[in-house]
Amino acid sequence: MDQFAVKVFVRLRPSVLDPAGEATKSASIKLGAEGIKSLRIGKMIEVKIEGNGENEVRERIDLLCDRLFANTVIEDYEYSLEKL
Amino acid sequence: MDNFTVGVVVFPGSNCDRDVSWALEGCLDIRTKYLWHESSDLSDVDAIVLPGGFSYGDYLRCGAIARFSPLINALDTFVKSGRRVLGICNGFQILTESGFLPGALTTNKNLNFICDDVELDIVSSKGGWFNDRVKKQTIKLPIAHGEGRYHCDSDTLKKLVDNELISLRYKNNPNGSSFDIAGITNEKGNVLGLMPHPERACDETIGGTDGLFTLKSLILK
Repeated sequence: MDQFAVKVFVRLRPSVLDPAGEATKSASIKLGAEGIKSLRIGKMIEVKIEGNGENEVRERIDLLCDRLFANTVIEDYEYSLEKL
Repeated sequence: MDNFTVGVVVFPGSNCDRDVSWALEGCLDIRTKYLWHESSDLSDVDAIVLPGGFSYGDYLRCGAIARFSPLINALDTFVKSGRRVLGICNGFQILTESGFLPGALTTNKNLNFICDDVELDIVSSKGGWFNDRVKKQTIKLPIAHGEGRYHCDSDTLKKLVDNELISLRYKNNPNGSSFDIAGITNEKGNVLGLMPHPERACDETIGGTDGLFTLKSLILK
């Protein structure tokens, strides 16, 4: 069995308004940070998972992302996978 | 009709379950039964209400975890049998997360938790959930949510409009919902999800009775 460390990034789709991102952008500008063109907030989920090789683990991570971690009506996801 | 029983689902974090039960029993004399989310036996209820609240603490996304409860798994057969399901607020979020209704509900445009009375236009009474046979096509119901902004893609919106699946629209959109949508039904009409709380508008002494019609319509066949 191989162990993998997976980092899943879940983001609101570009077409979906991100009010929390807008509020944070506004605070960033008030802080004095210059040049911010856009700021959007997502989620990062870290998973340690065991399986028979990368392909099999990817299948399970795909299922998790598609059915649980992200709501694909409003969110996109991507992930990186590192063998431990 | 004496034995007609409405199941009121209780998730960890539900907080409008008793309000719904009070409104049905106390104002409409309809029998209710609490259904714990781990139960999957829906054989002795004739309709189901998914009440408002914060199921599973709204972790990950509102309604995302509740979707995997044994009760929601059993809901598919219940819905296909034609029996009626009403999702209020968090219940609406659960119905979209679990795919019984299209679209998604996300953070209010102004980031505020909005607790207010809102005016709503009855757009369609598909499924008989709203009274469109009288002149009053506008009703007033309370809302209380932080994540009630309805979102769907343009194809879904067209389908909702073309099939008269939009039940309620806000008169003054408080949360940034697409097309001012406050409530929708499935194509068959036996599933309604809405952000406003009809159970909080069932008695004149607490601010109105515009919610009675919707709760009463749970007993329609």
